[in-house]
Amino acid sequence: MRLSMTSKIGLWVTTALTLAFIYVPILVVVLNSFSTSRTLSWPPPGFTTEWWGKALTNAGALSAISTSLIVAAASTVIALLLGTALSFALHRFSFFGKSTVNLLVVLPIALPGIVTGIALNNAFRTMLDMQLGWFTIIVAHATFCVVTVFNNVFARLRRVGTSLEEASSDLGAGIWTTFRLVTFPQIRSALFAGGLLSFALSFDEIIVTTFTAGSGVQTLPIFILDNMFRPNQAPIVAVVAVVMILIAIVPIYIAQRLTTTDNR
Amino acid sequence: MTTVSSSAPDRVGESPVRASLARRGSVFLYRHAKVRLALLLSAPLFWLGLVYIAALVALLITAFWTVDSFTGEIIIEWNITNITKVVGDALYHAVTLRTVGAALLVTAIDIVIALPIAFFMAKVASRGVQRALVIAILMPLWASYLVKAYAWRSILAQDGIIDWMFGPLGGSSPGYGFEGAVLTLAYLWLPFVILPIYTALERVPDSLLDASSDLGAKTGSTFRHIVLPLIVPGIIAGSIFSFSLTLGDYIAVKIVGGATQMLGTLVYSNVGVANNLPLAAAISLIPLAIIFVYLGAVRRTGALNNL
Amino acid sequence: MRNPMTRRAGFAGLAVASIVILAGCGTGGSTAEGPAALTELGDPEGAVSILAWPGYVEDGTNYPEYDWVSGFEEATGCMVTTKTYGTSDEAVSLMKTGDYDVVAASGDASLRMMVAGDVQPVNTDLVPSYAGIYDFLKNQSHNSLDGVAYGVPHGYGANLLQYNTEVFAEAPTSWSVVWEANSPYAGKITSYDSPIYIADAALYLMKTQPDLGITNPYALDETQFAAAVELLKVQRTNVGEYWSDYLAQAQSFTTGDSVVGTSWQVITNVLQGEGAPIEAVLPVEGSTGWSDTWMISATTEAPTCAYLWLEHMADPETNAMATGYFGEAPSSDAACSFREDCEAFHAGDAAYAAQLWYWTTPTAECLDGRTDAVCMDYPAWTQAWQEIKG
Repeated sequence: MRLSMTSKIGLWVTTALTLAFIYVPILVVVLNSFSTSRTLSWPPPGFTTEWWGKALTNAGALSAISTSLIVAAASTVIALLLGTALSFALHRFSFFGKSTVNLLVVLPIALPGIVTGIALNNAFRTMLDMQLGWFTIIVAHATFCVVTVFNNVFARLRRVGTSLEEASSDLGAGIWTTFRLVTFPQIRSALFAGGLLSFALSFDEIIVTTFTAGSGVQTLPIFILDNMFRPNQAPIVAVVAVVMILIAIVPIYIAQRLTTTDNR
Repeated sequence: MTTVSSSAPDRVGESPVRASLARRGSVFLYRHAKVRLALLLSAPLFWLGLVYIAALVALLITAFWTVDSFTGEIIIEWNITNITKVVGDALYHAVTLRTVGAALLVTAIDIVIALPIAFFMAKVASRGVQRALVIAILMPLWASYLVKAYAWRSILAQDGIIDWMFGPLGGSSPGYGFEGAVLTLAYLWLPFVILPIYTALERVPDSLLDASSDLGAKTGSTFRHIVLPLIVPGIIAGSIFSFSLTLGDYIAVKIVGGATQMLGTLVYSNVGVANNLPLAAAISLIPLAIIFVYLGAVRRTGALNNL
Repeated sequence: MRNPMTRRAGFAGLAVASIVILAGCGTGGSTAEGPAALTELGDPEGAVSILAWPGYVEDGTNYPEYDWVSGFEEATGCMVTTKTYGTSDEAVSLMKTGDYDVVAASGDASLRMMVAGDVQPVNTDLVPSYAGIYDFLKNQSHNSLDGVAYGVPHGYGANLLQYNTEVFAEAPTSWSVVWEANSPYAGKITSYDSPIYIADAALYLMKTQPDLGITNPYALDETQFAAAVELLKVQRTNVGEYWSDYLAQAQSFTTGDSVVGTSWQVITNVLQGEGAPIEAVLPVEGSTGWSDTWMISATTEAPTCAYLWLEHMADPETNAMATGYFGEAPSSDAACSFREDCEAFHAGDAAYAAQLWYWTTPTAECLDGRTDAVCMDYPAWTQAWQEIKG
């Protein structure tokens, strides 16, 4: 779009300011991870790399990270399956109650986390008489992750239409073959993008998790919360957060590449 | 999705292809759209319907029960004590107003911040810059919510970063309280608002914008009259995130909210501290009702497909 | 929440269930005859499962230097499995499953477990280190029933008045600094965020307004309760922050956002360690506090391992490490030889401990023994607390 010089400069400046707004707190976290203050007092009174050494060998942190990875991976897989099925159903068919189903998908994310959390907690514990643990967290997370996959895949299906698939079946390919060779490649990057968002959502979720985790399983956010209350170890949490941001660059970058390639 | 293939030879119609069970299934499905639909819908509906809706309904029902303060057990006896309490008590009125106010403020702040950067990313920046910006906005999502909320304590503190940056200009930090909580929540949910608006903007064809400016429209009026109407669903989709996440938050509010109480705090303290699930359920009807009204209102805009 | 510190809220008692049991069984709790105490130890059974607050059973996973489980396993052959809980309520319901041999319980939970018969009397002769434990911790209402010991004390602590020495030229001696209506420190006062904090107001009234006739800050009839709530509502306008976690409290005192308010010794110690101008005192009115107990399940199949664990935790060296890690006073003088900060925690100071009102669950049946009055129960406290915060 052609913009006047002033508008362009204005946009550059606001964008830079917004980025600053987003990254100042992150910078605080990074500085805190090197702070000599055990209570993360501001400004940091001194510099130390002690926490990095401690954090990288902290068994509790490592096991919490792996717990969170497993939970996020499992709920993302479920969300991928359910979300894809739903988006096909809603895109390819019209049926009674279609808009209700649409609303149903959005509901788990649109309702405040605390409502979702206590509803599931109540259902698991009193209705189903289940012990809270791995299973309940994954079920809860998958429930609110479905929507991210659904939206990405649904949007993609609307964009690509059905003409290629029709051509494929006209040429004699069965449903499976068409899916494998025609449909899947078309929606692959949408699946990746939706899956990534769902993974991130699950990985950092705390409110619903608090209510569905019981005390047996410690995800990373719960580990962090616990550590905020343990004497003397708060900077370790800052280190973990910084490491997570750094690690996250890779999948986000891949997702970005995939999406841009597809759009060309 | 996989089907066991059978070695039994079979022929389907005129097809010369050696048919297997998979083939037969494929043909069957091709011919029976309703079965296809049923297969696609059954698992997700089972999940969302049985797991989620049933849980929600059960929660709503408990609101009509009471806790016996003598036995600590939930008494299954229908009454509306909790509901009348929540509807009639001044405490809940005040907290509801405060929470909705916070949710609206957070949403407004986020939209105002998100619009220019999303527009820049979608329409002005080069491919490389665009890609870098998307990564830059997604990355903070991975720094734990809690860690970011605690970082905001340092920012809002007396002689903290706000005081340090704006002090020379005569500004000062609002400190821990309602304003601090609103700022922090706006920060936490910002990426969730930028992304749908950015996606919506990307779908606006450049040609439309060029046509508008060719016809003499200024940047401002092109934005107001052409772009804005097209991205309303994206904006609303973002607002659903910021609005509902604020409505239900209690942890960040606890960290930076000073003495502020929100709906989330009340629900949490009733279920987590006081063990009074029926009252907590009754209170959670408030955000539930608000969100349903909101969703009902935005449903026609198509925003639900833009989350 | 599952934090060693927020659990203090849990302490307070959450649980409506206790009321039942207490009220249902009468004051004597005479129906609660568990199995008789063990008379001698057998061979270790090879495993023991423990239910405890986070931070009470550390096996080095979190911090390698804090490990008091591995040594126990090697020495006794009892392999330890741990489950942590977040609230006293959760502890009580988990104990009812019978899956755990040993539990570390707080005032309100321990009482409920004893009365309900979920835990068994403890033969303290089988716990050699019991003899060294401070007398003022033994045979209290929260760890014994009709004079029979039901557990081994673990650690205790007080809610202190913490202040910034740069703001207070002279150390405050009374809680009045946080209760005064026209406080010069308005907006910089901090209070503990839990319904149980109402007891702090009641304690202040108990000392300053004898007309109200409060004799136990956890036993408040309607008039007394209303007076406490009124006091808290006045305080509300001066409070800058209600705190519930350790980190937030420490931060706001370093930045100066809070200058005076209720706090814990461990927070004061950390702040002083960082050079912050912070002190804490036990005011003349005394204060509220907490005290925890190790107990054994009534249905345990590993009584020997359970007793060995109780002994292990009462052992001065282990007790010093565990209570030091958590930030509370240890249970014996001997433990102090393994800790350098005992003085700071006033460990063993009976006069100091006597000024503490340990957290316990308020019930409709007045805890001070009054029979002519009905007291406000914990649900009422919770409701009032929400109204105070507004």
